[in-house]
Order: sequence, then C-alpha cells, then structure tokens
Amino acid sequence: MGEGIGARVLRKEDQRFITGKGRYTDDISERDMTHGVFVRSPHAHARIRSIDASEAKNVPGFVGIVTGQDLIDGAIGNIICGWMIYSKDGSAMKAAPWKVMDPEIVRHVGQPVAFVVAETRAAAVDAAEAVTVDYEELPALTNFHHALDPGAVEVHPEAPGNLICDWQLGDEAATDDAFAKAAHVVELDLEQNRLVPNAIEPRAAIASYNVAEEHYTLNTTSQNPHVARLCLSAFYNVAPEHKLRVIAPDVGGGFGSKIYIYPEEITCLFAARVLERPVKWVADRSESFLTDAHGRDHKTKAKLALDADLKFTGLKVETIANIGAYMSLFSSATPTYLYATLLSGQYTTPNIYCNVKLVYSHTTPVDAYRGAGRPEATFVVERIVEAAARKLGVDPIELRRKNFIREFPYQTPVLMAYDPTDFDALVEKGLAHADHAGFPARRAEAERRGKLRGMGFSCYIEACGLAPSKAVGQLGGGVGQWESAEVRVNPVGTIEILTGSHSHGQGHETTFAQVVADRLGVPVGNVAIVHGDTDKIQFGMGSYGSRSGPVGMGAIARALDKVEAKAKVIAGHLMEADPSDIVIENGELKVAGTDRKLGWHEMTLAAYTAHNLPDGIEPGLTEKAFYDPANFTFPAGCFVCEVEIDPDTGITRVVRFVAVDDFGVIVNPNVVEGQVHGGLAQGIGQALYEGAYYDDAGQLLTGSYMDYCLPRADDLPSFSLDHVETPNPNNPLGVKGCGEAGAIGAPAAVINAVTDALRTEAMTMPATPEKVWRAVQAMRAPIAAE
Amino acid sequence: MYATNYAKATSLEDAVAKLKSSEDGKFLGGGQTLLATMKQRLAAPTDIIDVTKIPELQGISVEGGKVVIGAATTHSQVAASKEIASAIPALAELAGTIGDPAVRNMGTMGGVLANNDPAADYPAAALALDATIMTTRGEHAAADYFTGIFETALEEDEIITKIAYTIPKKAAYEKFRNPASRYSLCSVFVALLDDGPRVTVTGSGNDGVFRVTEMEEALKANWSPDAVRSIAIDPATMLADIHGSAEYRAHLVPVLAARAVAKAG
Repeated sequence: MGEGIGARVLRKEDQRFITGKGRYTDDISERDMTHGVFVRSPHAHARIRSIDASEAKNVPGFVGIVTGQDLIDGAIGNIICGWMIYSKDGSAMKAAPWKVMDPEIVRHVGQPVAFVVAETRAAAVDAAEAVTVDYEELPALTNFHHALDPGAVEVHPEAPGNLICDWQLGDEAATDDAFAKAAHVVELDLEQNRLVPNAIEPRAAIASYNVAEEHYTLNTTSQNPHVARLCLSAFYNVAPEHKLRVIAPDVGGGFGSKIYIYPEEITCLFAARVLERPVKWVADRSESFLTDAHGRDHKTKAKLALDADLKFTGLKVETIANIGAYMSLFSSATPTYLYATLLSGQYTTPNIYCNVKLVYSHTTPVDAYRGAGRPEATFVVERIVEAAARKLGVDPIELRRKNFIREFPYQTPVLMAYDPTDFDALVEKGLAHADHAGFPARRAEAERRGKLRGMGFSCYIEACGLAPSKAVGQLGGGVGQWESAEVRVNPVGTIEILTGSHSHGQGHETTFAQVVADRLGVPVGNVAIVHGDTDKIQFGMGSYGSRSGPVGMGAIARALDKVEAKAKVIAGHLMEADPSDIVIENGELKVAGTDRKLGWHEMTLAAYTAHNLPDGIEPGLTEKAFYDPANFTFPAGCFVCEVEIDPDTGITRVVRFVAVDDFGVIVNPNVVEGQVHGGLAQGIGQALYEGAYYDDAGQLLTGSYMDYCLPRADDLPSFSLDHVETPNPNNPLGVKGCGEAGAIGAPAAVINAVTDALRTEAMTMPATPEKVWRAVQAMRAPIAAE
Repeated sequence: MYATNYAKATSLEDAVAKLKSSEDGKFLGGGQTLLATMKQRLAAPTDIIDVTKIPELQGISVEGGKVVIGAATTHSQVAASKEIASAIPALAELAGTIGDPAVRNMGTMGGVLANNDPAADYPAAALALDATIMTTRGEHAAADYFTGIFETALEEDEIITKIAYTIPKKAAYEKFRNPASRYSLCSVFVALLDDGPRVTVTGSGNDGVFRVTEMEEALKANWSPDAVRSIAIDPATMLADIHGSAEYRAHLVPVLAARAVAKAG
C-alpha cells in the first residue's frame, strides 16, 4: 500500500496550519489597500427613508461610500437562486428579487445598507458608525411557523402569503391508498432547529481593480471560486470571466456557507473599481452570525403506514421550510430535491409522498449547511421508524431489518436509484461496537445511581457527489455537476494536480496525492495539489455535498488514465516494447516478464526533451479530464448513540457513540475519521446544543458564543468508528464521499436515545437541559393527570 | 474599540489621581469583561487605569480565621494557591471553574467583585463566607456590598484592595453552567460557619447573588442534603432567558444545594 489508497498518511497541510503558516484571505495585503465596513440594518423589516453620510465623510481616513443605489446605477445584477423548482400546480417558484443592497427596504437584521471604505479598519468602523440611516420600522414576520397564517405580514409582494413554492414529490394517491389499507399508522411532529454554520474563519474578501487592464482580482473565502466567478460575471455584471480572477486561498471551513457569493463580495468588487483602490472586508464574528446563510429550519408532519407484518407500506411527509428573507443560491434545492429524495431511507417503503412549502420570513437567508436536506430527511425517517417500533412494541432494530432493502440497484419511489451497500452488515457491526447486548445491564446500573439511560439508532443513507449533470439539469439545477482535473507531470517527474475541487479543511493535498501515488508509485511528497485560483485552474465546480472524493478524485483518476497511457507509449518506445506490455510499479516503468525498466523520471525527462519520441506523439506530459459520474453516490451507515440523563437537572451526556459507515473505498483512514468526527460533533451539536433563535422583533438572540452553544470537546465522547466497504460501482476509485455523513446521521441517533430514556416522542432539538427536565416531569407526572 | 488611554497605576493614590484627572476613566482589573465590552463599542471610557500592579492589591495570607486575598489576585492564582486549598478548598475549586485558562490568567477577584455580573461565581463565595471587602475608603460587609445586578456599594473612585473570607468548617460549590457561555446559570455555595450555615445562589437571582435563609435554617437543624431538597424557591425572584426559565432555575436551586451539602460532607 505504501502511501497509496488506504494508507494512513499524515496530512501534508497540517504543518502549515498548525504552525500558523497558512495563508488565509485576511493574511493577504495589497499595495494601497483600503478597508471596508458595512452599515447594517438593526431592524428585521423597515423602509429606508434616507441615508446620510455627511458626518462619515468628516471622519479622518474616510475614502468613500457605496450605497445600494450606486450598485443599481452601476448595473450590478440581483443575487440569483440557482435552482428552479415548480409548485404542484406547475407554476414556477416565486423568487423575489434580492438586490445586493436594497436601497428601499431591509428584510432581516444585519442586511447591508451601505459600505464605507477608509484607510484603516478602525477609521472605517468609525465612519460606518457616523452614517445615519433613517428607517421607518415595519411589522416583521420572524416566526416562520406563522408565515402561512391568513393575514401574516408579507415579506415580498412577489410571493403572496409568503409561499414561494408548494412543491411535491411522489405519488400522493398511491400513498393515501397505502394509509387507507394500513394495519398501523404512526404519526410524528418534527422540527429541524435552525443552525448557524460557524466556520472557524469568517467570510472575507479583498477586491482589486487594474484600471489599465480593466481587470479585477478577488481573493475570497469561497468553496468554489469558479462558480463564484461565473455568478459574478453572468449574473452580477461585475466583469466578463476573462477580466475577473477569483482566488480562494487557504479557507478555514465552510460547511456550505461559503458556496455562495453574498452581497459583501460583490460590493467589494464594485467599490474597488469606483475607488480605484484595493478594498478589504473581513467579517467579524457578529457579522458571521447575522449574514452567513443559516441551515435547516423545518417544521414537519410525518406519518408511516405499516401492514400487519410490520412492513412499511407508505410514508407521507408535509414540511414547511423556512427560506429566510431571500432565496440564496441552493435554497430551493436543499429542502426539496436534496431532502424528499432520501425519504426512502434504507427501507423498501413502496409509496412515498412529500409536500414541501417553502416560505419567506424576516430572517437571515437559509441554505445548504453540512448535509443539506439529508440530515432533515434522515431525521424524519429514523425518528418515525424508531417511534413506530416503540408504539408497536417491537425491537427498533428488528423493525428496520424487516424493511431493509437487500437487492441492488434499488429504485426508490422518490427518484433515487441506490447502488449496492449492505445495511445488515452495518447494523451488525454497529450493535457489536455499541455492546447492544450489555445495554439493559448498563441501564439498570444507571437507574441505581438515579440516572436515566437511553439507546438510539440511526440507519442513514445519503446521496452525495451531486451528480450527474444531466439529472441535476432535469431537476432544475442551474449548473453542471461534473469535476475537472489536470495532471501536470514535470520534466523531473514530480507532479502537479490542478483540481476544480476546493479544500477548506478536507485534506485534499494529502488524499489527492495518495491517488497519484497509488497509480504511479511516486512519493506523496512529489505531488503538489493546486486549487482555488481561476487563473491557474481549468473551470471546476468546487467542494460541497461530499463531492471532492467521488467526483473530484474521479476526474483525477480519469486524467491519470491518459497520463498512464501516454507514459506507456513513451516507455515502450524507449525500451523497444509494446506499450501494452509496460507496467508502472513503485515509480518505475517495466516491461512485463523482463528485467528491462525505466525510472519514472527518466521517462518524464524523455517526454520533455523530445529527442526520441514515437512518431505522432506530442512532447510533454500533461493531461486533463472532465468527469461527469453516472449517478449520485450513496454512503450509508448505522449510528448507535447511548445517553445518560440526570433527571434532576436535565443534563444529557452522550456516553457512547458508534458510527459504522460504508464510504466505499477509503483513501486515507485518518482523513475519513477526521471528517466523521467533525460531522458527528456537528450532528450531536444540532441534537443537544445548537439552535438559532429570533425574538418577535426579529433580533437574533443567539448572535454570539455567549448564547449560541457550539459543542466543546468535553461535551463529546470518544467516538467508536468502523466501516463496511462496498466499492461504489459508478466511480473509477470506488469511493462514495464522507464529508457530511456524521452530521446527517447523528441527530436522529441522539434524539432516539434521549426519547428512549424519557419514554416520550415529544422532544425537539436541541434537547436542552430544561426541555429534558420538563420531559422528566411529564414522565413522572401521575397518570391521573391524563 | 474606540481610542482610549491606558495607564498603569503605581499606587492607590496614583490610581485615584489618574481617575480624577481623566474625562471618563475606568479602573481596569483583569479586563475580562471591560475589554470585551469596549471591543464591541458598548463601553467607551476615555482612560483605563490598570490597578493590577499596585502593591496593596497583591498577596494571599491566612490570618485570624480569615483568608485574605489581594484584589489583583488572578483566578489562576486562587485556584493554585496551597493556602487557599487547605483553608477553603471550595474557594480554590470555584476559581478553577471560571472561564478558560486565558480568562483565569488575566481575570482578578477584585475585578469580578467590582463588576458584580449576575452570572459571576465569586459573589456566591463572598456572600456565603461573610467576606469583608476592603477598599480605599474602608470596608464593606459582603451582606451590604452586593446591591443589585452590576451594582455594588463601591463609589466611583473606590478601589477594592483585599477580600477577607471567613474560614468555614466546611463548604462546597455546585456550579450549573450556561451550556453556551459556561458562566453560572444557577450555582449554589454552601458553607458552615461558626454562627451557622450559609446558602447562596448566583446566576439566577433577579437582583444578583442572594442567600436562601430558609435553607440555612433547615441546615442549622439538620446538616444534610435532605434538609434542603424540598425547599422551594419562588420563580418570581429568578431571572429567565433562552437557556433557562425562571421556573427551571428555581427548580435547580434545591437540587444543587443538596448536592453542595453532600459534597461538603
């Protein structure tokens, strides 16, 4: 194995990250650089009567101000939603215009109103504070549960009654029929708490404009710099693509929130041209809380039909999804095609129907956040399955086994065609690692100490890779979902991989190099990964939806195929052998069955000297591939969570957490484990700790870490991880993707454990100490009260 | 943060003089609240006068049944002090629960008591241990010192120099943290002094730290967890926020008090 696929190679990038030598956007400075600060709305809904910057102009160091009207006068385009969906009556979603800085109306607290630029950040803060905005406050709709109420405050006239889209998937008549014939029906009300992404590095941008060349450069915290450039060029009218270079240098986390181009980056580019000076903007943490696209925020009614043999016969799901004040780039897809298509879970449920009502509210826009739709789907399926088992008095694992899909490929009633995996094997390993058999004894022991124990399961399946392009296009996606790679072999044999994927913590510099090492036998240290710069790299789609492995590495593998083929032709020529007899091993090209061989570097040098190449072969050794996979990939897993609750305080501790995943082929176990650990932390965070709350006036009550509870290391147990490896048949490397699995599967496992301990289904996330304490009171209340 | 002047006071007189000559000055203890507030532009003193290097504010000593701690003593120093650990282990333990290592290395006892944040920990110990707050203007008994949330008996130019805690027969602190900030959401300090038990609560009271005299009476008759477990607290006297309703906080007090009594032994 060496350093190839499957090896526990230490992350190459960690040396610079751990020693503070990373180069993030805020580490970069330009000559004559200015600093910008946004004036933001303190109101959730207000009309802007006037903006008075006369005082700001007197602040020493003031350079300039950009208002929303300036952007409109400069022909800057509105921010787009990149995925078209349709209501069940066939009408298109009602997306209201999202002006970069609306000069007339603000619709959430933190919405930018003006951009003040000064010589220093301190001066910019002073000048921004000196801008007087006269607002006429308007009533706000901040609780989306009431968005569809008759007479509710309307967020946009374009979406009457706040309804953006009344979307559906599946056969409603057949599903209703299944319920009519059901032996058992289980119903459950569910909520998906609203989350703030909390990337460790806040969003930032440095925009520069070269007047002579009419050329822009944007350094920014992006997960997908080419998509950012495309949006900036095609929709926001900043500049044509060849006049705009977007660089995403080291980026400290994204979790989806850095997919999008926000008003701030667009405004920086505009300001850089108008002022003819580079402009830097770096969000402070408060701005991150107020303006990074939030995640989740659903309210759902679900019901499951079962026949007398406890086979699932129907699942009906009705969801209201909060989109916030504006439709962000993937906001229409996240609660629809990325959600309802996974409602089959691991089960053979033949009839599924899902209706999603997407609604506006006067809150920060909501969009994809680690898992994006799939944690929401998993929560619905795995909560209702567990609730059904309890209601019907069957073991939750037995009920799942009765309904597992065991024949692949499997076409679900909600569009997806699953590739092979082995749900039984996952469960078997999960139960073994969790010492399922020993749980009753542990529960009894906890009871003797006055504590409540619960065990919960989550058997998730997710679709990731976000592909193929044709399917995505048919479902309304505005872009292709392939990935690109170039393998550039240098004359001395070292290799640069130019990838359209973007690493913002995933470890690509290591894992992508391992793919090359595996194929060519060159050391990982001889392979450099180049990414995140539209001037250096061919168009690429970037990283989200766990796609860097299955799609990004797929493209590298395809380019390596071409490199390998040409290398064999050259080596065959040099060693007077047929190319088909050449094998590449341990950094050497050998003629099979003989002792003739060439060093990899000897072949590469020959490719570049070109003194002795076969006829018709071009000098050099550089190959490209654009890889569009045949299907999504379907990682799946079995998570088992064990909690212990202190009934007197309501504090819940996760005492044991087992995650057994099928990610297909694993390129680097260290990196995969790191991804799973991070995902589990976020999933457990959603279940027990995190939640964004607005008050009735639309103020974000959880606008800092004083009130928004991110899980700490000491909130989490030592995770027990294992894998089942079913290679993905639709991908050259057999990989499935692992970036989101932890966040997708964990919330249901934790809440199933909590509700098991509390013997109730009524528990919303986060299961805070007070909520748990109240549930304990309800559990212990005399039955007579009912 | 707005521009501000920083000055290090060399003596108590120097500190008071510097405050007087400033336009809108403030004394700086450890700065773990004040600086964060200034960075958010929620406070804007023209001058900050650092009192933490003044000689009278230093040192830890045990004298005449009291532990006397200089106001500039950091939480780390309290947590690590052998004298405090042997005289009032509960106080050393309490100091170790404040903030994180960075906060404990900068934050000072005098700073906490002068600020009187309703979620701070030291006020519970000070009130339970009949502390005397010694200042440039004299002395305050803890019972008279805490006058409301972020309110104390201190005058504008009055500096805490030392805090003298009564050494109890036994004591314990039971801290329930706000899960997000990890400040006290509701924490209880119990102590048995020569003249009887004390039970104090921080993090939850409408008016800041308070004593639970009903629990003290019960413990006088019977020092045991059971004595306090069923004594109810009126939710109307309690704070409420997204992390805990008044009813929940009121419920926590007897739970934590019983645990503290059990811990104290």
